[in-house]
Amino acid sequence: MGRKILLDKIDIPGILGFDVYRNNGGYSAVEKALKTMSPDQVLDEVKKSGIRGRGGAGFPAGMKWSFLDRSTNNPRYLICNADESEPGTFKDRYLMEKLPHLLIEGLIVSSYALGANTCFIYIRGEFKYLVGILEKAIFEARKNGFIGKNILSSGYSLDIYVHPGAGAYICGEETALIESLEGKRGNPRIKPPFPASKGLYQCPTVVNNVETLASIGPIIIMGGEEYAKIGTGKSTGTKLISASGHINQPGVYEIEMGISVEDFIYLDEYCGGIRGSKKLKAIVAGGSSVPVLPENLVFKTAKNETRLMTYESLAEGGFESGTMLGSGGLIVYDEDACMVRNTWNFSRFYHHESCGQCSPCREGTGWMEKVLYRIEHGQGRIEDIDLLVNISKNIEGNTICPLGDAAAWPVASAIRHFREEFEFHVKHPEKIKNKDHGNIQKLFVP
Amino acid sequence: MHNNQIQHKIHFRENKEFHFREEIMEKVKQIISRYPEGKQKSALLPILHIAQEENCGHLSVDVMDYVAQLLGIQSIEVYEVATFYSQFYLEKQGKYVIELCKTASCAICGGEDILDFIKEKLNIQEGETTDDKLFTLKTVECLGGCGYAPVMQVNTEFYEFLDRQKIDSIIDELRSKANDEKAKASTWAEKFC
Ligand SMILES: Cc1cc2nc3c(=O)[nH]c(=O)nc-3n(C[C@H](O)[C@H](O)[C@H](O)COP(=O)(O)O)c2cc1C
Ligand code: FES
Repeated sequence: MGRKILLDKIDIPGILGFDVYRNNGGYSAVEKALKTMSPDQVLDEVKKSGIRGRGGAGFPAGMKWSFLDRSTNNPRYLICNADESEPGTFKDRYLMEKLPHLLIEGLIVSSYALGANTCFIYIRGEFKYLVGILEKAIFEARKNGFIGKNILSSGYSLDIYVHPGAGAYICGEETALIESLEGKRGNPRIKPPFPASKGLYQCPTVVNNVETLASIGPIIIMGGEEYAKIGTGKSTGTKLISASGHINQPGVYEIEMGISVEDFIYLDEYCGGIRGSKKLKAIVAGGSSVPVLPENLVFKTAKNETRLMTYESLAEGGFESGTMLGSGGLIVYDEDACMVRNTWNFSRFYHHESCGQCSPCREGTGWMEKVLYRIEHGQGRIEDIDLLVNISKNIEGNTICPLGDAAAWPVASAIRHFREEFEFHVKHPEKIKNKDHGNIQKLFVP
Repeated sequence: MHNNQIQHKIHFRENKEFHFREEIMEKVKQIISRYPEGKQKSALLPILHIAQEENCGHLSVDVMDYVAQLLGIQSIEVYEVATFYSQFYLEKQGKYVIELCKTASCAICGGEDILDFIKEKLNIQEGETTDDKLFTLKTVECLGGCGYAPVMQVNTEFYEFLDRQKIDSIIDELRSKANDEKAKASTWAEKFC
């Protein structure tokens, strides 16, 4: 069993409540930070820990924090990104539902390090039932003197509020989130300026993922250097993986970064293998936005090295033969899964979620969806396949925010690795029409 | 796309008298006070959620105008937001809005079959409401419950690992719950909302 830092207390009865959490060492990170450390010392520990953002981009949290503009007297804000809408990702929801105080503790320590006196948790509207859980935790922490004015007589004051979104994937993108928090449509902003200098209300702002911020408490308790000893290379610490799809034991798992993808998929303590003893066909490793990996590249890289659950190893081979850890949303496909249908499904998602600001994304995602629809429904033409590649190339890199890239990569990678399957759809429309939803194995003989 | 090309059947002056009840107003004021002076517009999304709940599950122009006035912003600032976010409904909805996830993991773990089954059972298509106004069927994108696929949400309740049997019992249960409520209801609003 790997070491657990985030989920170690999850099975303690009553851990949802303040008292049990506190009696099990909870809020000692706040005590340690506010009583014995300066904000810069907290920042230093986070830098030493090497923790990278868990929301998808993997940007080092300590570095992001050090970019925060401290030169003005404007208020500073910390925003916790709980918009979690990336298909395949459900770890933040799990964490907030089971261990709300762990997040609140992380928010207090982080806000202290950043000199922020207000912190917002921007939570996706669909998680309305979590708002009550979080607000109760905030209320309890406030009652016990960990939130509010002059916390633990340190002179530091903080308010934390929960702010619901209303159903828009794009609001997970940090500048769209800020727009949404200001009561506007979720249209991403052009960067620069970055939120670190001009974020919420044009004030210096840090946006971090739920898991990133929940990790800050444990980092302060164990020290940055200790934390950095877990994992390998630039993938330090533990990571929550949301595992779903055709596996025996879907769920949220905390792993020490560096275990192999094969172990993660097949060991009983994790996914427990493929459902129905079928064969593996492909995985999406980090949420729907990352390139899909075919079976022959899942366990070994193109260089024949063991593929590990780390930022570096999953990215090994670039877009040709690698993928990304992203948000840690692992979707597993068995031999029967239809890659064309899945790609169409993803494209429909991005088309629906495009905010509509940038033409390449607004139009391109729609075109990809339509072309994929017709291939999937037996009306495709052979040139459609290259047309899709062409559209994806024209979206990638040409938009204000990375949603365009996120829409392009799954399509381009599916065609790169499963071109035969696309061609089969075009060449055998009569067979495709008889296909039972996603079930392709019976028909597809390459 | 979150666009405005879609023709929304916006309900116009259907509820001119709309206003928040006293206890709701307390809550609303408290929410507005979270945001800095001059930034009250930030409260728009949370307040629209409340307004929608108070207006039988959808937003009409009157309601949006009321919210605009309350926050001291232009009506258009509310309309543009209400049309952007998929959780704000501009049309009347059934008492129970079924939102079935049709994305990635749910799609490959039986969600497509569940959709067929619900359509058959309720005898409606996606986006439609049953004649008795009890159920509206919608498909939505990933609900953040992929490990428990297929999943759906009915109003604020999550249902996981769906199969045909579960759908049967969920729908039957909701139906009888609604009938009980209706029998007990005393006011017009309670009966027909
Ligand atoms: C289209 C899009 C959607 C995103 N959705 C989320 C999300 O749901 N949750 C999240 O934490 N980050 C999301 N991100 C990443 C954020 O922009 C941002 O990088 C992140 O919140 C930073 O936190 P971190 O550094 O702790 O990862 C999204 C980015 C894009 C482009
Ligand atoms: S794919 Fe259905 S909840 Fe994520």
